[in-house]
Amino acid sequence: MKVVLIKYNAGNVQSVLYALERLGVEAELTDEVEKIRAADRVIFPGQGEASSAMAYLKERKLDQVIREIKQPFLGVCLGLQLLCTHSEENDTDCLGIFPVKVKRFIPSAGGQEKVPHVGWNSLENLVKNPLLKDLPDSKFMYYVHSYYAELGEHTLATTTYIHDFTAMLHRDNYWAIQAHPEKSSNLGEKLLENFLALPST
Amino acid sequence: MLTKRIIPCLDIKDGRTVKGVNFVELRDAGDPVALAKLYSEQGADELVFLDITATVDKRKTLVDLVTQVAKEVRIPFTVGGGIGSIEDVYALLAAGADKISINSAAVARPELVDALAREFGSQCIVVAIDSRQMDGVDWVHTHGGRKATTLQTKAWAKELADRGAGEILLTSMDHDGTKAGFALELTAAISGGLPIPVIASGGAGSMLHFKEVFTSGKADAALAASIFHFKEIGIPELKSYLEKEGVVVRK
Repeated sequence: MKVVLIKYNAGNVQSVLYALERLGVEAELTDEVEKIRAADRVIFPGQGEASSAMAYLKERKLDQVIREIKQPFLGVCLGLQLLCTHSEENDTDCLGIFPVKVKRFIPSAGGQEKVPHVGWNSLENLVKNPLLKDLPDSKFMYYVHSYYAELGEHTLATTTYIHDFTAMLHRDNYWAIQAHPEKSSNLGEKLLENFLALPST
Repeated sequence: MLTKRIIPCLDIKDGRTVKGVNFVELRDAGDPVALAKLYSEQGADELVFLDITATVDKRKTLVDLVTQVAKEVRIPFTVGGGIGSIEDVYALLAAGADKISINSAAVARPELVDALAREFGSQCIVVAIDSRQMDGVDWVHTHGGRKATTLQTKAWAKELADRGAGEILLTSMDHDGTKAGFALELTAAISGGLPIPVIASGGAGSMLHFKEVFTSGKADAALAASIFHFKEIGIPELKSYLEKEGVVVRK
């Protein structure tokens, strides 16, 4: 199976490559359009800032490639946010795969919550989906983010911080996870394994 | 709900764990990767590797170690010790570290914190503060707590948050090694007044101490070394205890 990670100006890709390696998959990090189109699985990782990431994708026409892709596609962290319509992070228009907006966490008045949301938090309200098959009992995932996607019709699972937000999304061949599966122990590994096991399209 | 984090700290010298480790399960207790994996399997939420190698030419060993840890450990980890430049940070993050921690370099050149946050994002920049009380005032110290500075701990923590630090690792040098409990007042004063998470360190000796630092100490995470290394407290039993006491932890 050919798995590619889309190479763009976002950090933290090495950990994703290692996580796939632990599952016996040698993934390739690339920004070459043909390689991305030809892959069996495409992963869109990322940690970074939305507007510079979108500008980088557009410059290399990767935005079009992502919109046209037919094979199973997984956005992670910033990757999830860029698949939504718009992000409040520097007022950025995103890829629009998922018709929801990305907003900044605002601590409740007098609240103790800090931003970013950093640490382990639990998945709730899981929808039946092949990505969520046979998950371990412990539903905690590792999060690091200041922006979140609103709830919508494609929300697969939620997490609560200050309020409920979208933890995962699914529409057609696109899946997305806000937390970091590559850093989320058994649960994260199972999610990646399930993604790799999705039927090819 | 967001959980409180338990973070074992491993001191590393020349690529090996030092400061005594007592695990019969490990063939080689000095192997940081084996120890990291064991803690990870036991339910540690993150790990901190503190490099106490004195010489610059041994830094390469640290990058190799970070690569090994990143390959084999499935939870986030922070690397600290002797980091002083954008290049140092780049090498460690590229090798797979999730966060880096700086300490003396931030005191010497506070603008380094701004530069690192801009370059890599606040989420991966932890700034460590070693604090010691003198005449009732908390002062920032450097060089393992030996050298006093003219910075007051609370004001310094605020400045670091303003400059873009993502987390503060607060060690009370007065409590470190005492096993008499964390510095609750200081931790609460810092954590309660900051918009970023605070990791409390120094003084852990019992499970009650962890409960205290998460409740009255308002800490977001608690770090300890020897009580885990010498198995005085096991991470699974600590988490069960905390859960029973109403502290939200990952299980």
